Amino acid sequence: MKAVLAENLVKRYGDKRSHTEALKEVSFEVKQGELFGIIGPDGAGKTSLFRILTTLLLPDGGNATVDGYDVVKDFKSIRKRVGYMPGRFSLYQDLSVAENLEFFATIFETSIEENYELIKDIYSQIEPFKDRKAGKLSGGMKQKLALSCALIHRPSVLFLDEPTTGVDAVSRMEFWDMLQGLKKQGITILVSTPYMDEASLCDRVALIQTGNILSINSPENIISNFGRSLVAVRSNKMFDLLKDLKYFEGTEDVYAFGEYHHLVLKNSSSLAEVKEFLSARHFDSEATMVTPGIEDCFIALMKSS
Amino acid sequence: MRTLKFLLQKEFRQIFRDPSILRIIFIMPMMQLILLPQAADYEMKNIQLTVVDHDHSSYSQQLTSKITASGYFKLTDYSASYKSAIEDIEREKSDLILTIPARFEKDLVKENESKVFMAVNAINGVKANLGGAYLGMIIQDYNREVRLKWIQFPRLNPEPTIDITYSNWFNPLMNYKFFMVPGILVVLITMVGSFLATLNIVKEKEIGTIEQINVTPIKRHHFILGKLIPFWILGMVILTIGLSIARLFYGILPAGHFYTIYAFAAIYLFSILGLGLLISNYTSNQQQAMLISFFLMMIFILLSGLYTSIDSMPEWAKILTRLNPVTYFVEVMRMVVLKGSTLRDILPQTLTVLCFGMVLNCWAVLSYHKRS
Repeated sequence: MKAVLAENLVKRYGDKRSHTEALKEVSFEVKQGELFGIIGPDGAGKTSLFRILTTLLLPDGGNATVDGYDVVKDFKSIRKRVGYMPGRFSLYQDLSVAENLEFFATIFETSIEENYELIKDIYSQIEPFKDRKAGKLSGGMKQKLALSCALIHRPSVLFLDEPTTGVDAVSRMEFWDMLQGLKKQGITILVSTPYMDEASLCDRVALIQTGNILSINSPENIISNFGRSLVAVRSNKMFDLLKDLKYFEGTEDVYAFGEYHHLVLKNSSSLAEVKEFLSARHFDSEATMVTPGIEDCFIALMKSS
Repeated sequence: MRTLKFLLQKEFRQIFRDPSILRIIFIMPMMQLILLPQAADYEMKNIQLTVVDHDHSSYSQQLTSKITASGYFKLTDYSASYKSAIEDIEREKSDLILTIPARFEKDLVKENESKVFMAVNAINGVKANLGGAYLGMIIQDYNREVRLKWIQFPRLNPEPTIDITYSNWFNPLMNYKFFMVPGILVVLITMVGSFLATLNIVKEKEIGTIEQINVTPIKRHHFILGKLIPFWILGMVILTIGLSIARLFYGILPAGHFYTIYAFAAIYLFSILGLGLLISNYTSNQQQAMLISFFLMMIFILLSGLYTSIDSMPEWAKILTRLNPVTYFVEVMRMVVLKGSTLRDILPQTLTVLCFGMVLNCWAVLSYHKRS
């Protein structure tokens, strides 16, 4: 049985005359015990998708099951077995850490003691502050509390909507370590993120853009499917360089990428030709072959679709 | 049951942790009940009067001093011409002009008849009405005195007259506070019941906690009861505080039983909380909820018979007052406090409010969805 199965999910917002399609026939499946990433920029439809899967939103078309239960018909069963952590911190700010956890344990008809084992690694980090109001916690601690609350009833599927947005780099790494730990406990995890660099931490990822899934694969396969050579180029006049490279005959695509420009080469072209082309106008430029990252793949997929 | 217990525990924790809510709950009713009835006074005092005396006789002076001695009027000007008096009215210095004609005394003595002219500033309708009526009464009284002095009434009246004496039932001294304080208390309970519950739920929507609650297997009725019960209890607490203030500050002791009031209040709060829930279901932020609540509150107060008599309203407004739960509570409060009505007497009101409660709460429960 698949942990999550989505078939042709459609969601529209707005009235008949002017509406946006947040999800356009999205289909994917997540295996049990998998750490599945849904990666896409803001407005790609990640939150709509999560809200449908956690039974908070009704889809306008298609169907989906979580743990074998239909998200429309068996919503009651789903609510018992999923954990959801919304993108925005939504615990009671005026209740203390312990009170929040206890509250969520109770409405899931369980107790903290019963599932303490599962949350121990995470909760023990904030336990020294358990009498502090949740609103007074730091960002990283809030997130740990929210994760503890989402896990307190030992869910079989955990939905994390942009858990690392607005979190510092160290806390982000810590958070992903926690997810790896949870995965070992057999919990299926769906995590959405706008950060492409986090894709490599997932077992499989779905790249999503304006309601369409561009590709679903393991991060390694997505990169190996890139299939073309990628050159990183820089010079003192980056803007002119970008304009000139567009006229290079071997260019399939070129775009700014941090302090370099990434140049995707046509199969017919090579690094030597690039260097030769550049030597005419950009004598101070340097060009090296690089291995593509998820972001390069995303850009390539986005442009080809 | 355990879930509900925890929901209630959480709700009370949040209420008691918010000092501003506590202040609103306890200080607001006290202030309103102690201060408002003093200000919301139907009796007119300090009506500003300008007398234009063209006569300057002893009779005209007697009349003037009788008027000022009544305590209702303040003589602001004793002017010589009607023109300057009307200027007083224009400058809002005066509410009433009494013009005494030049031949006032002579006419009165010779022809047993004289006329005075009264001009009223009708910008403030209530003041104008009451001021005119008071002045009319004083002049009539004065008229009788004069007649008594001049004419020896025969022992038996030649023509039959009807002499009216009256007694005020249920509020013998016509103490308006007996009438206002219970009414204001009703408004307070309504505000706490509906406003606080509405805002509490909408706040959960605003900060997103409702989202987290909605993915849990929590039952719809548990969630709603978890919101209803705390505010129901708070409403009862406020009623108790209000009744104590009425007793301590105004000496108002209900002629009927306290339990009659509490029994009705219990049902009333149930229906008004249903209204609060309903508002919260149809609004998504606190501003919207506040505006709708204020709008409804205005209508509720003005169409409840608290300040204005329902009997003098047009037919359509009378129908609206029947749809207003506040009307029934104001009625019941006054009946029990002043008349000593029993549960049997207030049965019609109780059943109507119960009906409102059923409809509003059912509607609220049905329109509350855990998903969109």
